Amino acid sequence: MASLKSIKKRIVSVKNTRQITKAMKMVSAAKLRRAQENVVAARPYAKKLGEVLQSLAGNQEGDLHPLLEKREAKKLLLVVVTSDRGLCGGFNSNLCKAGDRYIKEKQASYEQISVMTIGRKGNEFFKSRYTIHKNYSNILAKPNYQTAAMIAQEIIDGFVAGEYDQVELLYNSFRTVMSQDITFQQLLPVLAETAAAVEETPVEYIYEPSVAELLAEILPKNIEVQIFKSMLESVAGEHGARMTAMDSASKNASEMIGKLTLQYNRARQAAITTELMEIISGSESIKG
Amino acid sequence: MAEKMKLEIVTPYSKVLDMEVDEVTATGKIGEFGVLPGHAPFLTSLRIGELTYKNNGITDHMALNWGYFEIQDDKIIVLVETAEASDAIDVERAKAALGRAEEALKKLTPEDKQHKIYEAALERALIRVQVAGKAARK
Repeated sequence: MASLKSIKKRIVSVKNTRQITKAMKMVSAAKLRRAQENVVAARPYAKKLGEVLQSLAGNQEGDLHPLLEKREAKKLLLVVVTSDRGLCGGFNSNLCKAGDRYIKEKQASYEQISVMTIGRKGNEFFKSRYTIHKNYSNILAKPNYQTAAMIAQEIIDGFVAGEYDQVELLYNSFRTVMSQDITFQQLLPVLAETAAAVEETPVEYIYEPSVAELLAEILPKNIEVQIFKSMLESVAGEHGARMTAMDSASKNASEMIGKLTLQYNRARQAAITTELMEIISGSESIKG
Repeated sequence: MAEKMKLEIVTPYSKVLDMEVDEVTATGKIGEFGVLPGHAPFLTSLRIGELTYKNNGITDHMALNWGYFEIQDDKIIVLVETAEASDAIDVERAKAALGRAEEALKKLTPEDKQHKIYEAALERALIRVQVAGKAARK
């Protein structure tokens, strides 16, 4: 049996760990609340913008804008949004694995697949496996719109220049505190609803200035907003995942402390018994 | 005036406004325009400018930064990057921004890449000061 001292040491160390996981849980809970508010606040904008875009693009035929252009998809860019920090359960690894599977599936039908990562964890995972197009790390602590706009501009430039023909976005969308959904979303070319959907809303809009000009402004905007939203969703999901992970870690630590304490008490009792035996047998021998 | 329009102003950070109004005026890409209930479906892009809405005779102003304006079935959706109510504008800050932009513009020529950015900043600051001024007079 392990010595009393070593058990005591372990109990102390597990207690320290529990202290940390508890603190991390608290921090995540606080951050989660803010992140969640941000997501909820951003959703209407993204949704409305999507609607405006649909009503614009859906009403028109032909290639009005380079971002709507459907080319033969040969080169795929996968944009993966992960977190910068670990210790959040399967949050990153699940997403990365899903991305990995997706790429393996698609490898046959594309000439070239490259990855753009937002967040350090995704970069670590993908850089040893595939070509990293570009990596953005440490921007998620405080996601802001300007950063998203910058990334969007990069993606758009690459698309227009023909570096890739299709862009997909992969991120954890925030569903509840306990669960995130792994989400694939096609960013480019922009998918406009086909004519069928338009017939339901045969509203004749007055456009000012022209449709083409409006589209030219709204399409890049939409990409920005989608990226911004995915960043927010991912951050909220990360905090949720971390909170859950840290909660269960704290629980496990408590359980372990219980077990170790039991062991410690047993060992202590055994030591006392042995000591007693020694004393008794000693005194017996003196008597005799 | 029984008929009203629903006005919603949304930015990427929050829903700024959601209320019933009688009349809205805004600055479109090619000029200022106003809408009243019963307006035909209309979609336009907005430039940096001012949005004014009237409700029960009370007029309010907002400083907007680049976005879209859509009206359909008396429902107005305004999608903008930033929207500030006239009484929420920090005049000191806006004036400081105005000064900064002016300074920067003096040093730059129109060919510079930065020129456009500062020009936009100048315009934003101007509108903010203007709108804030209207609130103070109210």
